[in-house]
Amino acid sequence: MAGEERIYPVVPATPGSEPYWEGANAGKLMLSHCKPCNKAFYYPRGACPMCLSTDVEWREAKGTGTIYTYSVMRPAKPVYVIAYVTLDEGPSMMTNIVDCDPASVKIGQKVKVVFKPREDGSKIACFTPA
Amino acid sequence: MSTKGKAYIVGAYEHPTRKAPDTSLAQLHAEVAKGAIEDAGLTKDDIDGYFCAAGDTPGLGGNSLADYMGLRLKHIDATDTGGSSYLLHVGHAAQAIAAGKCNIALVTLAGRPRSEGVQTGTNPRMGNSNQPDLQFEFPYGPATANMYAMCAMRHMHQYGTTSEQLAWVKVAASHHAQYNPHAMLPKVVTVEDVVNSPMVADPLHRLDCCVISDGGGALIVTKPEIAKSLKRPLVKVIGTGEAVKHQMGGQNLDLTFSAGRWSGKRAFEEAGVKHKDVKYASIYDSFTITVVMQLEDLGFCEVGQGGKFVSDGNLISGVGKLPFNTDGGGLCNNHPGNRGGMTKVIEAVRQLRGEAHPKVQVANCDIALAHGTGGSLGTRHVGATVIMERE
Repeated sequence: MAGEERIYPVVPATPGSEPYWEGANAGKLMLSHCKPCNKAFYYPRGACPMCLSTDVEWREAKGTGTIYTYSVMRPAKPVYVIAYVTLDEGPSMMTNIVDCDPASVKIGQKVKVVFKPREDGSKIACFTPA
Repeated sequence: MSTKGKAYIVGAYEHPTRKAPDTSLAQLHAEVAKGAIEDAGLTKDDIDGYFCAAGDTPGLGGNSLADYMGLRLKHIDATDTGGSSYLLHVGHAAQAIAAGKCNIALVTLAGRPRSEGVQTGTNPRMGNSNQPDLQFEFPYGPATANMYAMCAMRHMHQYGTTSEQLAWVKVAASHHAQYNPHAMLPKVVTVEDVVNSPMVADPLHRLDCCVISDGGGALIVTKPEIAKSLKRPLVKVIGTGEAVKHQMGGQNLDLTFSAGRWSGKRAFEEAGVKHKDVKYASIYDSFTITVVMQLEDLGFCEVGQGGKFVSDGNLISGVGKLPFNTDGGGLCNNHPGNRGGMTKVIEAVRQLRGEAHPKVQVANCDIALAHGTGGSLGTRHVGATVIMERE
């Protein structure tokens, strides 16, 4: 099992992305949803990368997905698992796989969101085996 | 408008340093500029176009360096696409020359990450706080090594590529580096050496990663009339292509291919040559997986067959079908400023001129390709391809 946990750095939210981080603090994974495309996308932004519509709203994701790929960062202390998780809503997101033995992580594995503390006590979305 | 045949590379110079603690970044740029200008048989005042990448250039765009070197310019372009910038600059210089905006263009790269102690591959690099992706990526620790490692992991999963196949890329580079007196890692290594080296970011081992070095390089690009008046062998630019690959909001993420799939196609179409015509290829080798993916993307082998293609010495000059990176590449020779595109062009020019080391010189090297990726294969990047012909 993982021992020491990573301390997540705080990168200030850019104007418009506050709801994502407010959602994380409340235990919700928020996605941008383009109304004309009727599609969720990630990372969140105020302009849809598919059609450039600014008619974009926030929707809460189920918080479940599948590991698309990953890597274990060996020289880091503590060692961490970086990954892309494809969410059940469609888009893939960069994240960390936590609370498990890095050697057990596999492509195709089902995972669920878990929120971990950042340096200032606020939260960030990570994933753990479902 | 095609720029095929409208520009020639008449000067190329690689800085011999690999560690420059006592030389400023601006001075390195000036030294490589001087080297390339002298290689072409020109003088500083002949230069009327300047191309550099904002990210390795001190000051605002090219302003400070134009001042430092006393350049009198009609055309300036500081487009920065990371390590592929200088490949892209060859294409942009050809366009500017063909449009009559300048006659003789200088391209420079320099960097000193080794002297500055930058943990290039294993430390996530903090960007500008306005960078829209930063808050959603940086906290998760995206270092260069684990970004490329995630591509390798997926490529292995999807196509059965193995660590031993990736290792062959490094083995081939090391066979070439042994003849380069400036190479940082001139020792020939085996597949076993690579796969037994420490794991950095699964599945990439230490020897799957390129070196960190100081140094730089420069090119001179000019129009046909001037090229033909000089005394250097004629290296004609016959095809260029560029392309951007990103994630389109995380839709259909596919990390098993790069923008080279599009930039290469554009360059081959313009050049009007076939893959079998290419006698030598410089392929950006930030990591072994970078080479495998880009060879597939450029069409030198089928998608998913890159691992098989690079195996058994197929990239070794005099042994395999596609000699690559005969200077030892980023894996063994150097990686100035963490930007490998410049040295890719320089070694291709050496090959076309017949000026590579005799042990690695490709016989009758009349057509060469140089290709690179700037940014990260794991997130967003720009691919740039240049095809050149000896006239």
